[in-house]
Amino acid sequence: MRDVAVIGVGLTKFGELWDKSFRQLTAEAGSKAIFDAGIEGKEIDAMYVGSMSSGRFVGQEHVGALVADASGFSHVHIPSTRVEGACASGGLAVREGYLSIASGMNDVVVVGGVEKMNDVSGNAATETLATAADQEWEAFFGATFPALYAMIATKHMHDYGTTKEQLAQVAVKNHANGALNPYAQYQREIKLETVLNATTVAYPLGLFDCSPVTDGAASVVLCAADKAKEYTDKAVKIIASGQASDTLSLHGRRDICTLDSTVYAAKMAYKQANLTPKDIDLAEVHDCFTIAEICAIEDLGFVEKGQGGKAVENKITTLDGSLPVNTSGGLKAKGHPVGATGVAQIVEIALQLRGDAEKRQVNDARIGLAHNVGGSGATCTVHIMEAV
Amino acid sequence: MKGIGIVSYGSNIPRYRIKAEEIASVWGKDGESISKGLGINEKSVPSVDQDTATISVEAARAALRRCSVDPQEIGAIYVGSESHPYAVKPTGTIVGEAIGATPDLMVADYEFACKAGTAGIQSCTALVKADLVKYGLAIGADTSQAAPGDALEFSASAGGGAFIIGRDNVIATINHTCSFTTDTPDFWRRAERKYPAHGGRFTGAPAYFKHITSCATNIMKMAGTKPEDYDYAIFHQPNGKFPIKVAKMLGFTYDQIKQGLLAPYIGNTYSGATMIGLASVLDVAKPGDRVFLTSYGSGAGSDGFDITVTDKIKDLARENAPTVAQMVEDKEYIDYGTYAKFTDLLYWE
Amino acid sequence: MADGGVARFWREIPQRYNLIGNKCGSCGRVFFPPRESCPYCRRKSIGKMQELKLSGKGEIVTYTIIHAGPENFKKQVPYPIAIIKLEEGPQLTAQIVDCDVDDVKIGMKVESTFRRIQEDGYTGAIYYGYKFKPLK
Repeated sequence: MRDVAVIGVGLTKFGELWDKSFRQLTAEAGSKAIFDAGIEGKEIDAMYVGSMSSGRFVGQEHVGALVADASGFSHVHIPSTRVEGACASGGLAVREGYLSIASGMNDVVVVGGVEKMNDVSGNAATETLATAADQEWEAFFGATFPALYAMIATKHMHDYGTTKEQLAQVAVKNHANGALNPYAQYQREIKLETVLNATTVAYPLGLFDCSPVTDGAASVVLCAADKAKEYTDKAVKIIASGQASDTLSLHGRRDICTLDSTVYAAKMAYKQANLTPKDIDLAEVHDCFTIAEICAIEDLGFVEKGQGGKAVENKITTLDGSLPVNTSGGLKAKGHPVGATGVAQIVEIALQLRGDAEKRQVNDARIGLAHNVGGSGATCTVHIMEAV
Repeated sequence: MKGIGIVSYGSNIPRYRIKAEEIASVWGKDGESISKGLGINEKSVPSVDQDTATISVEAARAALRRCSVDPQEIGAIYVGSESHPYAVKPTGTIVGEAIGATPDLMVADYEFACKAGTAGIQSCTALVKADLVKYGLAIGADTSQAAPGDALEFSASAGGGAFIIGRDNVIATINHTCSFTTDTPDFWRRAERKYPAHGGRFTGAPAYFKHITSCATNIMKMAGTKPEDYDYAIFHQPNGKFPIKVAKMLGFTYDQIKQGLLAPYIGNTYSGATMIGLASVLDVAKPGDRVFLTSYGSGAGSDGFDITVTDKIKDLARENAPTVAQMVEDKEYIDYGTYAKFTDLLYWE
Repeated sequence: MADGGVARFWREIPQRYNLIGNKCGSCGRVFFPPRESCPYCRRKSIGKMQELKLSGKGEIVTYTIIHAGPENFKKQVPYPIAIIKLEEGPQLTAQIVDCDVDDVKIGMKVESTFRRIQEDGYTGAIYYGYKFKPLK
């Protein structure tokens, strides 16, 4: 197995992008990444695209081919594959790209993630997001996607004493970080009271506990580590890739408050990198809802199970805390164009490890972790990256 | 009929109630006097997730919980209603599947305004008597709708009763049954229309009273009985006043009809009305009690029954399902706006 | 032709109406919905899965109150959705009915009831199934 490096990154602004189509978003992110990597394009051996539901959002399947075309690679007949794992589609695409290089099959690969969510009505977007849940045994009976995470929150509050204030602090922190990120959907700080007083979506989660509906695309260029120097001296290494699955439905899980898929994907990654959670300097975690970030820092091993709320309250995970989490603003403030998220997390970690994170820069960032989840925890990818 | 009769029974009444006064206040009417005039204080309202099928299933399941009949031995199911969820696709098929009686089963849905359920009891009785089925299940249930602002809005309600008919372990024998039927247009609903229409005062003497009294007289002739021979009498109850009046006309007392008179508390459950009335009587009946029942369905007709409660009622596990009285008391009040939302009075694209 | 499709919902009537699950003939674990084979016993369970009707009695493990509901549930908002552990072991997700939203608690004992879940518009098929109410 060869080492793999990230040699270029690119992303579009995240938000309600009425002027940009699905194709335009992918082309923009892809070309930025290719330019950043210092490559021409002819070096690219393959493409991987993460998109949760192009079919339901823009009526288009077969987007592996579409993205290769929109990026201008059809005339060289590049292999292009669309990867799907609900909200983990981006992370899965990264992993597929990574594996294709680590195995020796490819030298240079472009990985993109994209979602164009605003071309359909809000109701249709919500229903499409709910396809990440178990259609027949959860959604059919009236459970919405926020309802699933809300049920995790209720149990977490009951079992560990986590409070609504602690959940709200996740949102406040991520908005504070998002305010420093020019690509974020929301670039404004918010107050704790605003989060606590927001309309209830599914008790105990309110409007500000939930990530938004977003258009956006992100892209990274991966390269065999021993060839990276040919293209750039800003490479960072992916030193581990982990992936795991769990029951599709939340009710099928071993423990409602633990995403075992996170635990196992993280175990796999820590083992590969020969590291422990203590070695991680910063992390981009999957905060589709505030409670998800609290569970994530527990399940990734940063704090004990049940202590996630306290960790947030004690400001351990703020930008200047001992373990900054979601310096990009997270899904909450940066936005969550579903398929793009997993790739955007790699972009953020890469920027941090390169020292290119501007106002969000974490000092001495050497090892970063990206955590991407599908649905209520049925799929998870964990990638660990190291500055070179 | 020797030995053929009711083997078990069950009923279901939705929990929501709306007071007559609440409805009246919306339409600028005098709620108290309407209540008094109709003899109805409040009526049951189905929730958005309840309909004739769900009420029928819950009533049938209650009947099965009280006895030891194997649902696979039920050979026929008739569901009578004027609010079947489908105009084409019988409610009986949904009930059959939900109680595990399929697939060796005769099913058809019945309609005869408020007496469709008792018509089902007659058919099941005949099938059992002919030895074509071991058990038959007759259900009368409705989630009847009334046009907003119409007089019927105060009474049209929701509920249902289910009766298992057979020869084994009969808790109440059906000694005699007969019907009195004519073409009388007192109340009807045209196909494709949402709400029924009626003939105003015509619904009284030539309709309700004529058919019930005629049928009742015929039954007592068949049985050789007089009103005082009965411990309980149940009459169809479109409001709280008609049954009291018809009882008096026939020579029955208020005490005889009290147990089976639910309209003042839950309104007119249409096909469920006499079925729930009979269930209420069976909740308290003792061996040897004689029960008189005459239903009425607009259009028009009445089904009459002469019933005797047997010793076997003591073996029936009546406590395995809620009694009518318990369901009447298990209630939650709603306002007119919520009622409009639940009963689809509001229409939007 | 009803766009919503009918076979997909018809196929699961035994589960939605009657809580028919199955049990592994090898280890005795109960599953709902039924499984082709036992994930734990694997080969040993092939051909040994036994159909089992669940009682419908259980306990609330966790819940939420949905205020932003999907189109088909708009009239019932706010409504509780819970994960219920059935007495035979399996867990499922269902709506809680016949009680105040404030009364729903973790640990509450519940039993199944037959209700109308959804319909395929005004002209399509009606889908019935389970909801749960407080055990009296």
